[in-house]
Parts: sequence; structure tokens; C-alpha cells
Amino acid sequence: MKWIDYESPHSVREAVDLLNEAGDRARPLAGGTDLLVQLRAKAYDLDLVVDAKNIPELNELTYDPDNGLTIGAAVACYRIYGNSSVRSVYPGIVDAASLIGGTQIQGRASLGGNLCNAAPSADSVPPMIAYNGVARISGPNGSREVALEDFCTGVRQTVLERGEILVSLHFPTPEANSGANYIRFIPRNEMDIAVAGAGVSVVLDNGSIASARVTLASVAPTPLFVAEAGEAIAGKPATEETARIASAIARDAARPITDMRGTIEYRKRLCEVLTRRALMTAIERAKEN
Amino acid sequence: MTQTLDYEPNMVLATKTYDVVGTRPVRHDGADKVTGRALYGADFATAGLLHGSILRSPHAHARIKSIDTSAAKALPGVAAVVTSADFGSDSDAVVDLGEGATSLKWLRDNVLASDKALYRGHAIAGVAASNPHTAEEAVGLIEVEYEVLPPVVTVEDAMADGAPILHDDLKTEELGEQTDTVSNVAQHFQHKKGDVSKGFAKADVIVEREYRAKTVHQGYIEPHNATALWNNDGRLHVWCSTQGAFTVRDAMAQLLDMPVSKIRVTPMEIGGGFGGKIPVYLEPVAALLSRKTGSAVKMVMSRADVFEASGPTCGSWSRVKIGGTSDGTITACEVELACEAGAYPGSPVGAGAMCALAAYDIENGTVDGYDVVVNKPKTAAYRAPGAPNAAFAVEQAVDELAQKLDMDPIELRLKNAAKEGTRRVDGPTFNRVGLVETLEAMRDHPHYSAPIGENQGRGVAVGFWFNIGFDSSVNLAVNADGTVILTEGSTDIGGTRASIAMQAAEVLGIPAEDVHPSVVDTDSIGFTAVTGGSRTTFATGWAAYEAAQSVKKQMIERAAAIWDVDADAVDMNRGVISSKSDPELSMTFKELAAQLGSSGGGISGTASVSPTGVGGSFAGNIVDVEVDPETGKTDVVRFTAFQDVGKAIHPSYVEGQMQGGSVQGIGWALNEEYYMNEAGGMDNSTLLDYRMPTSLDLPMIDTVIVEVANPGHPFGVRGVGEANIIPPTPAIANALQRATGTRLFETPMNPVAITAANGD
Amino acid sequence: MPAKTYVQTIINGEHVDLLCEPRQSLLEALRDVVGLTGTKEGCNDGNCGACTVEFDGRIVTSCLVLGVEAEGKEITTIEGVAQGSELHPIQQAFLENAALQCGICTPGFIVASKALLEQNPDPTEHEIRFWLANNLCRCTGYDKIVRAVQDAAVKMQEA
Repeated sequence: MKWIDYESPHSVREAVDLLNEAGDRARPLAGGTDLLVQLRAKAYDLDLVVDAKNIPELNELTYDPDNGLTIGAAVACYRIYGNSSVRSVYPGIVDAASLIGGTQIQGRASLGGNLCNAAPSADSVPPMIAYNGVARISGPNGSREVALEDFCTGVRQTVLERGEILVSLHFPTPEANSGANYIRFIPRNEMDIAVAGAGVSVVLDNGSIASARVTLASVAPTPLFVAEAGEAIAGKPATEETARIASAIARDAARPITDMRGTIEYRKRLCEVLTRRALMTAIERAKEN
Repeated sequence: MTQTLDYEPNMVLATKTYDVVGTRPVRHDGADKVTGRALYGADFATAGLLHGSILRSPHAHARIKSIDTSAAKALPGVAAVVTSADFGSDSDAVVDLGEGATSLKWLRDNVLASDKALYRGHAIAGVAASNPHTAEEAVGLIEVEYEVLPPVVTVEDAMADGAPILHDDLKTEELGEQTDTVSNVAQHFQHKKGDVSKGFAKADVIVEREYRAKTVHQGYIEPHNATALWNNDGRLHVWCSTQGAFTVRDAMAQLLDMPVSKIRVTPMEIGGGFGGKIPVYLEPVAALLSRKTGSAVKMVMSRADVFEASGPTCGSWSRVKIGGTSDGTITACEVELACEAGAYPGSPVGAGAMCALAAYDIENGTVDGYDVVVNKPKTAAYRAPGAPNAAFAVEQAVDELAQKLDMDPIELRLKNAAKEGTRRVDGPTFNRVGLVETLEAMRDHPHYSAPIGENQGRGVAVGFWFNIGFDSSVNLAVNADGTVILTEGSTDIGGTRASIAMQAAEVLGIPAEDVHPSVVDTDSIGFTAVTGGSRTTFATGWAAYEAAQSVKKQMIERAAAIWDVDADAVDMNRGVISSKSDPELSMTFKELAAQLGSSGGGISGTASVSPTGVGGSFAGNIVDVEVDPETGKTDVVRFTAFQDVGKAIHPSYVEGQMQGGSVQGIGWALNEEYYMNEAGGMDNSTLLDYRMPTSLDLPMIDTVIVEVANPGHPFGVRGVGEANIIPPTPAIANALQRATGTRLFETPMNPVAITAANGD
Repeated sequence: MPAKTYVQTIINGEHVDLLCEPRQSLLEALRDVVGLTGTKEGCNDGNCGACTVEFDGRIVTSCLVLGVEAEGKEITTIEGVAQGSELHPIQQAFLENAALQCGICTPGFIVASKALLEQNPDPTEHEIRFWLANNLCRCTGYDKIVRAVQDAAVKMQEA
């Protein structure tokens, strides 16, 4: 690796100044589980990494029923699934946080990093979209919020502008009688990149689907929010037959490629299976709530 | 916690017991390895060490038109840059370094390309610098002008008319005759027994199929490494992780055109090899850089380098035609096996062809082998090289024949099993072998009759590996406290210090813990061939046996001298030296050891052997798989490995070999492959995307050690390292066929392939 | 070349000050700067687990941590697992169960297994396999490693 400088600011302001000054010659460092690999593979040519882990706001992990859940951008996966509120209120996020990498990776990797890395296969993004997540961003011109389904704009591309840093992820408290789930398919049982993934949420009303959200991983240049899959089943009974309606729409919406991890045909097939299975799990979870 | 089983997960079907042999002591090098103290190649450091890095070809096939190293040399911190020109030789002499004869030019070009880059990752130049990061930066400053050529990466494409030619001077050897045909086929040979057309005429049922296996890598966790110091006295010292220190020494002598006596190779601890750490890659480059700089130079491969530039084993194409009568007699079998050699001739097809039909006593058979160059790294050995490719084809064809004959697949194999006296299609006649006993153990194992669940299938298969003997040396010396120092030249990859020391201990009648084994450098022990071919416990163990016999004889003579009796009247049993006639005259090994200094001096024994009584090993598997019908996801839910090991010296490490080989086979069957892109490069050269099995992908691997003693070894040992990787790929294919109703003819049998083959 | 960074850490219970380049990983810092070569490199991208160390109470792959990030952190490596001449029960169990062959992955497995048993003293076979899925072993097929962890769990609970 070529020489690179390291800064470890203690405030968002300081981080924004550093990032703004260096522009595309710098990137924030959270868990490093993607960034360090990419630096060694020369995917980025940087002069500076800005360690985000010593900034208090990026380490925040708080939940209360009135304000919802805030996950600092640098909070590692193990803290997320180790938090009892997140476990009980946002199981779909826990699904993803406990299958990103293995134990060691989960000791470092963050959901903020997973989002900013903007890989189509990012496991945590579909369930975060399912939970109506919002990215809280700070930059030279102040702060702004972006819905997570709008955050990734292409492979390794996001809405972040020069000098901006993702501070935290925010999720409203799910409605009553709601449930969510994320599942992915990999040929092994751990340590793999999703061939396809499905993150869904449902709100039930007397045995029917009041609303649903479906997002797919690894089948488009960005995590693919398929709004029509959820809309099509609103008002329908919470059954496998209904899940099949949404999963067929998800399959048709997928725009995958053929590569070493799977073919177009196979990935589309997986979209149907995974969406259906995830919806059924989400429905079960909703009934328990 | 540990579940209660209604059977023994690790059985040893022992036929003879000993005091030390067959027990399970803690390995001698264990404490170093669980505390992090054991020093592997990359752990080596010395004063003034420079760090090397290698420029590798980004193209799978290209002519090298020019190399400009000036900018790299000018970078601060860079000490030297070398290219192929620094070898200062263009010799194309034929040399044999223990893996078959080959051209010195090919060996040299594989280390640093001269005229052509023949695979992505092919080494072009080496840099030494004060720091590994600087060396890597300098590599990026070397300018190479390439003429990019079309690549060819499979045997079928390479054998096709009009295929791009890798070597303009490679002429096909056809059935023993050197032809003038320039092609990618280095050699076509045939083994023949009987008359297959007559055999097929007698058959009631014939199965004929084509099969393909993908290129796979050994996947050792430790990357290749080497440190070289070209000293001011003209001697070259190399420290590296290798399966054969003497092989490295001899290869360096050839490549650098210097006498072996000027080279000393110190084998560091080795982090896995499986055959892949026999060739030299970094050692000669580090040596050239050290010669230029006068400093020791250390080089370590990245994981991508390991995949793209060290030797994997071959992908292959094969065709099998097999016929049998309705009573289950195989009347004829025809096999064609074409194996990738990689960039230079020398695929494992020869070994694969030897093993292809070895399990069957067949009257009429042919095996045709093709050695084919392709634009991939030169293949290296990988655990029974070539045999899994052959077995993936033959063991599926046999399974299909059993299905068509409506016979149990184990009974069909038993009916046609090779045994003592069977002449193999490739020529040799079997001595005592244990295939029948292995198949009977499979048939009688509770796994074979256990109920099977929904979406599950059970498959079986067997495999044979011939094993090798070759040269080994061992020195023993008796300490005054009654312990024994053992020095040997076989690098220890999987516990062979223990299995060698135990054989000496058995002869001397002392505990295994009282023998202290060390693996030493090439200046410190007699010639010892590679740790490979499942030879170490067999051949180096035999050297230990012989050296111990020498010590035993001298101990008897010394006791006789002390007692002033004839040596013929003294015996040594279970560590006690005693007079055959006078019960008063007796002392332990320890007691005598304490008196050696005062009775004529120390005792040592040495032996150099090259044993010929090699015993081949048969292995078999019973495997249950479960397939998700919607996704094609396959889980191995139960796996039992069987192997005739002759005699298990240390059963725990024999089980370890069986389990490890089985899991490598499972990986090859289900997920592992070199995924090649259009440009001939490997897309998945990381441990993320190469998909070796993790702990979560596997059940416990149950084992049954079958012991049919090899008459050619003092303790009956057969090599155990390799045969176990052969049956898993076909056994899993056979299990998948039963789980899904569809047979797959190509590895990897991954979810994409399974769903595609099932037509939905 | 710019200056190296001064980093203060606690490694295996001892205060260790080191100078490292920001581009050096914690793995490189441990091996090349401090000389603790028991932690191994197998892939340098977090997929093999051979470089596993305990970092601020969590196991991490040290190839994916920068050396400069160790400022003020506590690190335990394989060299810190045994207590003096006394092997840790996991190390003893690896020896007695023949849970290693070449041994290159062993330090990573032992550090990871120790962390598992500290937080889950009685893991199921599945929990062991799940926890250790970030550690690759190519020699053993994992059977004897899983048995060694089970054995160590029993012995540590008895102790």
C-alpha cells in the first residue's frame, strides 16, 4: 500500500473539515473491513483516512419508543445484535448484523460503513430500508436527512457530497402488529457475499397486510427497493398465496447480472424464493407482536 | 453438548497391536504450535533484511516485448530489480526434480517469464526494497510492453483445431512416438488390457458419459514465502516453507547453475502444502535479489498470488464407457482423461490414469491420457493428483451401471473389487490390498443402513492412490538420560514428527515422549525426498525403524561388553536389555544409557533408505446430502470416511488426514473452482469467493480406519495422506442424484448447477 | 517519507509503545514492529481468521485494523493465552484432541475459541461452528477442532 495519512478527529465538525479539505483523496474509516481491503486492492487512491470511531455521535446507539432507534454510523455489528431493544424491536436489522462476515468481522464492521460502501450486495441495507430508515448526514453546509432507499446511487456511489459524513442511521418505532426479516442466499453457510437477498417488513391489520416493503440485494447496481411489491399486497390476507404475489413482482423487478456468484436466471429465481420466505417470517413475527 | 451416538464415530479396525505404534501421544511439536512459538517461513527475520515483491502479468497470454525497470530502480528505498535476464542462462536441458522430467527453460520461465507471459499472475520481475510497501510501490513503476494474445483456459478449447498455441516448440508425443505436430497437447498415452470391444459385446448394459472437473487449489492457509541470503563466501542459504528442502536445494542448483554443495536450505515450519509447496516460485527470485544486493531478501505471496501464480491442480475433461452383464460383472471399461497442465507440460494425468480403474478387477480396459497446456498457472501436485478427476468420472459411471442393473452400489463394487493378484489396466499386479475389507466395512457400517430424510440422498464411492517410497534419512543419538534425539529431513505438515518418532520408540521399547524429533536443514541430514506421495510415515518412518535397529544392536553389544558376555546371548525387549541365560543380567534402556559415557562412548544410529515395498491405499465414503429443492442449496448432513491405512501409527493424525482430505473433496464437489473470465483471468482469487468449506458447512466427519497390513513395511504402514480426497466428489454426485433424481457431470455441483440441471 | 506514528498500547498485559506507519495493519505492527509472530497472515482481507487477536475485548482480524488504531487499546495475542508455563485449557485440549495438523491456523482458532468460551461456557456444536466460521482450516476438516473446543468447555466448567 502506498503511504497514507491517518487522522482521528473527536468531533463531527473536525471530521467534516478534514474530509472537505481532502475531497476525494480522503475517506472515513469505520470498521475498515471494506476500506482496508479496497485500499490494498487499489480500488481507491487516497492520501488520508479519517477514523470515525472516536466521534461520540458516530458511536451512539439509543432507542426509545417515542423517538425510535438511532445507530451511530461507526457502531459495530456486535453492539447492534447485543442490544436487547434492537433485538426485540428491530429483528430484521439483527438478522443482517449477525450474518455480515463472521464473528471477527462483526467485531468491527458497521451498518454505516456497509451503507456508505454502497455495494449492491450490502446485507444490512434491505432491512434498513424495510424499517423506513433515514441517513443523517453532516457536511460543510450543515446537516440533512436522506431516506435510505435514496442513499445509494450506483455501485460504490452514494448521495454524499464533498466533505459530508454519515453521522447516524435513524429508524422510527415500528407500528404495532408489524414484523420484518432479512434473508440472503449464499452457497456456504457463512462468510460469503449474498447471491441475492431480501429484506421485508409488513404491518398487519386483522389478518391482512396493511402495508409491506420489499428490498432486494445483489440484483441491481444498488439495493433495489421494490415499492410495487409491497403495494400490490396491501389489503390482502397475510398468507403464503399473498406472499407469492409480492415475490413474483420482486422477481420481475430484479435486474441481476451473471457473474462468479450466480447467473441472471438463478438470481431471479432466488428473488422469488427469498422474498416469499422473508415475507412469511415477517408475517409470523408480526403476529407475535 | 456432545450428542450421544448409537455408534462409534471414529473406529479403528486394528489387526495387530503394539506398545507405542497405534497409541495417541501428544505430538512433539504441539506446545510450540499452540503457543504461537513455532516459526513458519514468513516469521523468519535476520539483520539487514530486505523485502521483495513481484510484478505479475495482468494478461493470461501475451508476448513480452520490453521491460523498463528504470523508474522502479529510482524509487528511494529500492535496492535491486531482477528479471529473467538475471538468470544469465538460456539452457533448455532436460532435468528431473522428482516430479518428472521437464525442460530447464520451462522451470526458469515459470519463475520469471522471459519471452511470454502464459497466465495472469505470471511473474515478470522482482524488486527488493527496505520495506514491503516500498517494494510493492516500485513494482507498480515497472513498465512492460505486451503483445496481448488470445487465451485458452480449458483442455477442450486447447485441444480444438485452430486453438491459440502456447508454445511454438511444443510437439505432441503420440503413444510413445515424438511427432512433428505443434499443438497444446504435450502427450497422449494409453494403458490397455484385454480387448474392450469383445468386453462390450458381452455386456448387457452399457453406460457412456462425459465428465468435467474444474481447476481447484490446495488452499493451504499459509502463503508461499522465501528468504534467501547469498553470502559473501559464495554460499546461498534459503529459509522457506517447503515440502522438500532437498528438492528446493536441487531446483536452485539447476536454475542458478551452481553445485548443490553451495546451497543450504533450512525448512521452516510449513503451513499446509497438500502437494502445492514442492515447486520453487519465490526462492530463486529472492536469491537473485540477494546476489545483487548482498543482503538477505524475504518474499511472501499475497493470497491472490497464491491462487493466480502457484500451482493448482488440473481441471479435466473425461469420457467413460463401461459395460456389465446382468449378474453385475464389469466386462469392459474405456476411459479418456484429458488434464490441464497449466502453462507448461506436466499435468497429473499420468497418476490419474494409473488410478482410474485401479479399484476394479476388469478383464478388458483402456485408459487414454492427454497432457494439455492451457493459460493457467502450471499445475502442481494436490493430494492424489489426477485421481479425483478420474474418480469423478469412473465412480459415477459405476454408480449408474449399478442403478441400471438394479444392484446395490457397494455389492457391485465388491463383486468386481481388485485384490491381491489383480493385474491393473495400467500394468502392475496388486500385492496385498484392502479394498474388499474397506467395502465390507462400508456395507456393514450403521451409516449405510440408517434411515434417510426428505430431500436427502446417500451416495458411495471409492478411490485408490498408489503411494510412493523414495529416499529418506534419519539420525538417532542416545542421551545419557535415556531419551533419544531423532533428526530427519522430512518437513512435518501434519504430525509426522510424531509418527516417525513413534516407530523408533517402538523398536527401542521406550515411550514416544522419550524420542525428540527435529526436522533439520540440508547440511545436517542425508538426502530426503519431498513430504508427498503419502511417503513420510512410510519411508522416513522406515528410516527411523532402521536407525533404531542400529541403535538397538549397539545397545545390545554395549551391554554384552559391560557384562563380558557374547552379544548373541543378549536381547532387548520393550526397553529392557537382558541376558538370555542369566536372569541377574538385566538393565533398562535408561540404565544402560547412563553408562554409555563410561563404557566406550555415545551410541548413535543412522539410516538412509529407499524402500520399494510401497502399499497402495483404498478409501471409500458414505455421504448423505440434503438439497433445498427451491434454491439447490446442498448440505452434507452425514459423512463417513473409510480407508485402508495398513497400520495407523498415530490413529488421531490418520483420522485427521482422512477428515481433511474428505473436506477438501467436499469443497471441490460443491463450491470450489477457478472461475475464469473472458480474458483468461481468475475472478475469484480471494478466500471470500473461492469458497472453501467453513466449520459451519460441515457435519462431524466420521472415520473408519481399516488395517490391512502392507507386507512391504515393518509395521504394515500404507501412506494415508492422499486416497481420502478421491471418493468425495463422485460420492456427493451419486448422493445428489438420489436426492434430486438428476445426475450432474461437472464440478462444482453448486446451487446454480443443481437448479439448472433439474430443469427449473 | 512522512514520520511514523507513536502508538501506546497494552499487549498481553504489558504496556507496549511502538512506532508504526499509518498504512501498516495491526497484524504487521504486531509481527514486524513488536516481533510477536504467533499471529499469522493467511489472506490479508479478513476471510481466513489466522490473524485473529482480541482487541478491546472483541476478537477481530488484525489484518483489517490499522496499527495506529491500537492507540490506547488492550490487545491479547496467542502469545498471551498461556499463563506462564501453564497452558490454557483450550491449548491443552487442542493438543490432546489432535486438533491441529500444520498449525498455521491454530493461533487464530485458539484466540477465537477462548473468546467464545468466555462468553458462552457451554456452547452447542452449532454455536461453536458458527462462532468459528471466520477461521479457515484446510487440514483438519474442523472435526477435531470442534471436539477440542467441546472438551475444553467441559474441563473449564469442571475447574
